[in-house]
Amino acid sequence: MFAYANPKRFLDVSGPIVPWLATASAVSLGVGLYLGFTAPPDYQQGDTVRIMFIHVPAAWTAMMAYALMALSAAIGLINRHPLADVAAKTAAPLGALFTALALITGSLWGKPMWGAWWVWDARLTSFLLLLFLYLGYIALWNAIEDETRAARATAILAIVGAVNLPIIEFSVEWWSTLHQGESILRKGGPLIASVFLWPLAAMALGYTLLFFTLWIVRIRTEILNRRLRALQMGAA
Amino acid sequence: MKEFLDMGGYAAFVWPAYGVSVAGIVVAIVIVWRSYAKAKARLAALETRRP
Repeated sequence: MFAYANPKRFLDVSGPIVPWLATASAVSLGVGLYLGFTAPPDYQQGDTVRIMFIHVPAAWTAMMAYALMALSAAIGLINRHPLADVAAKTAAPLGALFTALALITGSLWGKPMWGAWWVWDARLTSFLLLLFLYLGYIALWNAIEDETRAARATAILAIVGAVNLPIIEFSVEWWSTLHQGESILRKGGPLIASVFLWPLAAMALGYTLLFFTLWIVRIRTEILNRRLRALQMGAA
Repeated sequence: MKEFLDMGGYAAFVWPAYGVSVAGIVVAIVIVWRSYAKAKARLAALETRRP
């Protein structure tokens, strides 16, 4: 794995992958939107069920992005690998975006179904904490000028913050909550009808591929910018 | 069509949710792509000046 992890190699290998990933994401999202808007309204939730097709994928992607960011940060901290630091740094703003989208769409779903835009229960509060972890991580990167020191400090924040991921995941089991329990990836199979499961799966795949597309382009940008800075410093 | 736009009376919740998601994602794509193009152009300019 580390053989591919030098910046030059990464640029060579990732370049041709990006258009394929982007296309796959667009197709997946297109299929997901079509299936999502042609599905019948839910017998309990009516047409608000369509919010699920964008809310759940955003939340999944936000959590996956955090796990990948924390993992990259840990590899950067332990192996002192600069590309791992770059990967962690560039994942954060994308993760923050998907977290915000999950919170906003969740709120727009909560109002008609629960009668409240927001409740301070375990799932929602731990998810709001995820947004603050992302924002704190980004702020800490920006606050420390030296890149090596910034990478180390932010890595510790990212790793400690990863404790929040299982808390989000199991919050619906550990505490009583308005938020519905795990209904898709559970023992005994999904609890939702396949007419809703397929659009959800397509949207989740589309969101995931979109995240990887944007992440790779951001890593490439950061590598180019670092090379640019090195050249400018050499010239000065 | 009107029925579709009405979203069973939940239009005020469904459409803003989609609107915010599309807007957020489109803005992110534009920002990510622009900064990539900018970095590439600046590096190319610098490298042609000092081969």
